[in-house]
Amino acid sequence: MTVESTAARKPRRSAGSKAGTTSTERTTRTTARKSAEPELVQLLTPEGKRVKNAKNAEYAKYVAGVTPEELRGLYRDMVLTRRFDAEATALQRQGELGLWASLLGQEAAQIGSGRALRDDDYVFPTYREHGVAWCRGVDPTNLLGMFRGVNNGGWDPNGNNFHLYTIVIGSQTLHATGYAMGVAKDGADSAVIAYFGDGASSQGDVAESFTFSAVYNAPVVFFCQNNQWAISEPTEKQTRVPLYQRAQGYGFPGVRVDGNDVLACLAVTRWALDRARDGEGPTLVEAYTYRMGAHTTSDDPTKYRADEEREAWEAKDPILRLRRHLEASNHTDEGFFAELEVESEALGRRVREAVRAMPDPDRFAIFENVYADGHALVDEERAQFAAYQASFVTESDSGFAAGSGGN
Amino acid sequence: MAETVTSKNLALAKAINESLRRALETDPKVLIMGEDVGKLGGVFRVTDGLQKDFGESRVIDTPLAESGIVGTAIGLALRGYRPVVEIQFDGFVFPAYDQIVTQLAKMHARSLGKVKLPVVVRIPYGGGIGAVEHHSESPEALFAHVSGLKIVSPSNASDAYWMMQQAIQSDDPVIFFEPKRRYWDKGEVNPEAIPGPLHKARVVREGTDLTLVAYGPMVKLCQEVAAAAAEEGKNLEVLDLRSVSPMDFDAIQASVEKTRRLVVVHEAPVFFGSGAEIAARITERCFYHLEAPVLRVGGYHAPYPPARLEEEYLPGLDRVLDAVDRALAY
Ligand SMILES: Cc1ncc(C[n+]2csc(CCOP(=O)(O)OP(=O)(O)O)c2C)c(N)n1
Repeated sequence: MTVESTAARKPRRSAGSKAGTTSTERTTRTTARKSAEPELVQLLTPEGKRVKNAKNAEYAKYVAGVTPEELRGLYRDMVLTRRFDAEATALQRQGELGLWASLLGQEAAQIGSGRALRDDDYVFPTYREHGVAWCRGVDPTNLLGMFRGVNNGGWDPNGNNFHLYTIVIGSQTLHATGYAMGVAKDGADSAVIAYFGDGASSQGDVAESFTFSAVYNAPVVFFCQNNQWAISEPTEKQTRVPLYQRAQGYGFPGVRVDGNDVLACLAVTRWALDRARDGEGPTLVEAYTYRMGAHTTSDDPTKYRADEEREAWEAKDPILRLRRHLEASNHTDEGFFAELEVESEALGRRVREAVRAMPDPDRFAIFENVYADGHALVDEERAQFAAYQASFVTESDSGFAAGSGGN
Repeated sequence: MAETVTSKNLALAKAINESLRRALETDPKVLIMGEDVGKLGGVFRVTDGLQKDFGESRVIDTPLAESGIVGTAIGLALRGYRPVVEIQFDGFVFPAYDQIVTQLAKMHARSLGKVKLPVVVRIPYGGGIGAVEHHSESPEALFAHVSGLKIVSPSNASDAYWMMQQAIQSDDPVIFFEPKRRYWDKGEVNPEAIPGPLHKARVVREGTDLTLVAYGPMVKLCQEVAAAAAEEGKNLEVLDLRSVSPMDFDAIQASVEKTRRLVVVHEAPVFFGSGAEIAARITERCFYHLEAPVLRVGGYHAPYPPARLEEEYLPGLDRVLDAVDRALAY
């Protein structure tokens, strides 16, 4: 189809055609690409059947040796991640968290890619990568501090090679690229993975990270979870071509994988990580998936999105799909699901209790870690703050002045 | 009283919405641009219903790219449009900071006055809503330091309505800081009134003992402080600056010559903040009138803290009263 804006060009300088004076504006309708299915790498259908075709053969190799036990492990990861996420959503509703960004529907993309990583690989997440954090061994309750409002991060990124959540859209893709450049300089064979959304793909930082990683052949995998929405804006408001095709213009491969197929996500990510380790540079993986819930707990998707859309995606649920496969292949018995249910409830309870027990930070935390080497002004303001607090407490009730407000 | 017939009681966010609607109606060159401003009506619903009534070519959902939003707004302005762009939260203006500082602010001067850039950049700013990081900051000083930009911040619904009209009509780029924690505060708006000049301060409470100067979200706090101080027999004057750049130093001077004491209150860090500029200028202008040094109350030289500590960080009633007491003690 011809692009309308070039085909129907109006004379540019005819009298009175100065912008804004008429309403005959050229309409540039984006050719929405809703027919994504044929482009997808898929190994498991929504019905749980294994897919074998020429397109996925290259990737299927990477999961050829997956054992029934590993499949059950992936299933367990997804179920527990969803349980954790549901608990966090409930805790937000109960006022225990200020906000929550749910990953509902994106479990396969996160668990598949997360389980493809080695311990020495490094992850740069957004604010929604709870499933990847799970795979890295980050205690899920650590993820909740910033959503509860008791800290602005809350874990040591080097503890599990899992960087802090990044809220400013796209920033972390450059950090990942730089980190990967460092890995390459060190001669190590670790790889780096950067997560981001379809909306983020519009940010300049993401374009710059593509440029840098290509120029320096950095061992980084760009893992874009295209969950179809950036708050209220559909992917068509970000791009006219399928996102994975962007990579081509930068000189590295891009592939679109069924983001609701955990096996395909595992395979494709392993393939991309291998390329990075082998010195072949960056790869863009677009996991084609769906955000089943709201953008965050403050969002109201009914303002912009039809219910039928979610229903269509529910039929492709990543957890259901693997369950069907496990059952059809006799890889499980009833006990497995029952035990997992118990484990899942226990996780929910643990998270709930941990959050409720999470103390408010000491007020002096404001002045902690502002600088690594200290700063005279911060010291001065801390002292003023302390004097002010002290005067306030003694004035109101000198009886329990001691111990209040910390040191 | 004919006025009461036309005036309405509106929340501050709704007042901006009605102001944008009026601008879209009266001037076909006005455009609204930003993330989620269309169907959703913005995350604070400030643009609610505008796309429905004015269409997608006037109220434009942009790709998720702030540099792109401001950069293309500059291009549209070069072509004769008057874009009003929304930055979703204060902390997300920085991808656009380059475009604002190196391009938007400077093009008029560089073109020897031939190019005008009537772009309004709307930024919901400030804390007090319990948000996660990057959603509560007050970066006005970072913009005020840049010549070529005008910076305003309304404190109430009526000003929000009228200052937005004036910002859109201005041929200069205006950074319009909206006090997000006051979005839901209601006030009278009279769409037929004749507004005062955009960059003039207003005395919102007359007093004789000390002047409190604030803008945006802190004006209401200062009014509460003055009310509390009145119970202790102190008579404070409260000045709403309304505009950070240019700043109405004449109004501050006039007030200080009367009260002889000045306390400046803002949410942004005190260090290199707008209070520093006020203190320096007023010391210069009113040296012989001042009975006490100009005091400042604001944020610390520390990152905006997590939500559960923000009440400690933000100026509150007690902290401002404490500064008032210190100034009066001289
Ligand atoms: C620079 C910047 N601009 C705006 C925002 C506000 N915001 C937070 S999430 C979001 C949408 C992101 O969509 P996408 O990248 O597709 O990721 P998703 O949240 O769907 O996973 C926006 C606009 C932000 N966090 N950072």
